[in-house]
Amino acid sequence: MTLNTLKRTVFTVLFLSVFSFGFAEGSKEGGEDKEFDAKEMILHHVKDAYGMHLFDWNDHPISIPLPVITYTDKGLTMFSSSAFHHDYHGHEIVERNGQKFVNVHEKVYVLDEGASSVEFDAEDHPTNAHRPTFDISITRNVFMMWVSIAVLFLIFLTAARRYKKSEDNVPSGIASFVEPLVLFVRDEIAKPMIGEHKYRRYMPYLLTIFFFIWINNIFGLIPILNGANLSGNIAFTFTLAAITFIITTFSGNKNYWQHIFWMPGVPVPMKIFLMPIEIIGMFVKPISLMIRLFANITAGHVIILALMSLIFVFKTVAIAPVSVAFSLFITVIEVIVTAIQAYIFTILSALYFGMATEEAHH
Amino acid sequence: MTITGIAAIGAGLAAIGAGMGIGRIGGSAMEAMARQPEMHGKIQSSALILAAFVEAVALFGVVVAFLQG
Amino acid sequence: MDLITPEFGLVFWTLITFLILLFILRKFAWKPILGAVSDREEGIKDALASAEKARQEMENLTADNERILKEARAERETMLKEARDLKAKLIADAKEEAQAQANKLIEQAQTAIESEKKAAMAELKNHVAGLSIDIAEKVVRDELSNKDKQLKLVENMLGETTLN
Repeated sequence: MTLNTLKRTVFTVLFLSVFSFGFAEGSKEGGEDKEFDAKEMILHHVKDAYGMHLFDWNDHPISIPLPVITYTDKGLTMFSSSAFHHDYHGHEIVERNGQKFVNVHEKVYVLDEGASSVEFDAEDHPTNAHRPTFDISITRNVFMMWVSIAVLFLIFLTAARRYKKSEDNVPSGIASFVEPLVLFVRDEIAKPMIGEHKYRRYMPYLLTIFFFIWINNIFGLIPILNGANLSGNIAFTFTLAAITFIITTFSGNKNYWQHIFWMPGVPVPMKIFLMPIEIIGMFVKPISLMIRLFANITAGHVIILALMSLIFVFKTVAIAPVSVAFSLFITVIEVIVTAIQAYIFTILSALYFGMATEEAHH
Repeated sequence: MTITGIAAIGAGLAAIGAGMGIGRIGGSAMEAMARQPEMHGKIQSSALILAAFVEAVALFGVVVAFLQG
Repeated sequence: MDLITPEFGLVFWTLITFLILLFILRKFAWKPILGAVSDREEGIKDALASAEKARQEMENLTADNERILKEARAERETMLKEARDLKAKLIADAKEEAQAQANKLIEQAQTAIESEKKAAMAELKNHVAGLSIDIAEKVVRDELSNKDKQLKLVENMLGETTLN
C-alpha cells in the first residue's frame, strides 16, 4: 500500500466517522438526555424532510432552509422551513394564512379549527390535525434533485458544446468522458434490447433516465449530502417507473397487445388462462422496477447507517474500527450498486420498449 | 413475537431464496464465461438482468417487512 | 408503511423536473452528441468504404496489367509460331520447287537425249542406207553386168513379192 492510498484511507475513515457522528447528534435534539434511537435516526435519514440538514455545530444543527408550499381549502401557503426551528415533533406551531402548521416526523400537518397544540394517539399519529390537500414543498429531496439536474446540465451541455466547437467531431475534455457512457447506453442497452431500427426514438429517454438515476444514486452516498436519499424514495422511483410504463403502453404495437390479450400459437383454453396473467404482468413490470431501485438504494443506506449506529448503541469507541471498516466495505459496494441499479433500470426499460415494439415473427 | 419480528423473519426467508437464485445465476455465468471467454460481455449483462429479476422477488419480501416498520 | 407510500409533492416535482431535464437534454445534449458520434461513425464508415474501393481498384488495375501482359505474351507466342510455320512452309515450298525443277531438268535432259539418240539413229540409218546403196550399187553394178544374173534377180524378186 502506498503512502498515498494510506493517507486517502485514513481520510475517508475520518470523514465517514465525523458525519456519522453528525447524524447521531442531530437525532438527539429536542432533549439532551434522550436515548439514541437507531431506528428513528435511520428512518429520518432515508425519508424526505423539510430543510436540508448539513451537520451539527456545537450541538446546534446547521441546515439550509427550504420553502414549504401547501395547498389547502384556504389556498396556497408558502413559508420557510426555518420557521419550524428544526422541530419535527409537532411542538413548534407556525401560523400562516389563518392556519396552524406543525411538522410531525417531517410531514406538515394543519391543525383542526380551534386546536392549539397537536395531540397524538397511541401509534404516534396526530388526532386533531390533517395533511394539507396538496403538499408541494421544496423538500430536501426536491432540492437535491435540482442540484443533480444542474450538475447534469453542466456536464452534458458542456460536452455537447465541445462537439460543436471541434470540426471533426472528435471528443475532447469532458466530452471524452461522456462519450463512452453515451455509447455504452446506445450499444449495450438500446441496440440489443430494442433493435437496430427502432432504438433511436427511445435514446433520449434512456440516456436521461440512466444519468438521472445514476447521479442521484451517487449523491445519496456523498456524506455531506446524505440528507437526500432521492433515488431511495418510492415517490421518485414510482414516477420514473410510471413514465416507463406510459411509454411502453403507448408504443405497444398490434403484436404486443396480441401477446397480452390473445396469445398466439397456444390452444384457446390456454389463451383465456394466459390473458389475466399477462395483464397482471403488464403492471408488475413497472412495479418491480419501482420497488427494485427504491429497495436497493434504501437498503444500502440503512445498512451503512445501522453499522455506524453500532458505535452509539454500544456507547463505546472500541466498536468504531469494526463498524467503520464494515460501513466502508458496504459503501464501496454501494458505489458499484449506484451504477448497476441505474444500468438495470435503464436496460429493463429498454427491454420493455423492445417487447412493445417487437414485430411478429411466428 | 410481535408482527414486526415475524415480518423480519419473512424478509430473511426471502433473502435466502434470492441468495440461492443469484448464487445459481452467478455460478452458471462464471462457468459459461470460463467455457466461452469470448462471450464474456453478453453473459455478464444477461446474468445481471437475471439477477435483477430474482432480486426483485426478495425486495418484495423486504417491502412487506417495511410495511410493518 | 410510511416508507413505501409515494408522496404527492415529490411525485409532482419529480415529474416536472424529469420532463424539463428530458426536454432540455434531448434538445441541447443528446441530439448534438449522438449526431456528432453518428456523423463520425458515418465518416469512418465512408473512409473505410473508399479505402476498400481504392483497394479494389488497385486490384483491378493489377489484374488488368497482368491480363495485358499475358495477352502480349500470348501474342508473341502466336507470332513466333506463325513465323516458325512460315519458315517451315517456305523451306518446304522451296524444296518442292527445287524438286520440280530438277525433275523438269531431268525430263528435258532425257527428252534431249532421246531426240539426240533418234537423230543419231536416223543419221546412222541414213549412213547405213547410203553405205548400203553404195555397196548395193557396186554389187548391182557387178551383178548387172551379167544378164542372167539380172534376170534371175528379177525373178527372185518377183517371186518374193507375191501379189497381195
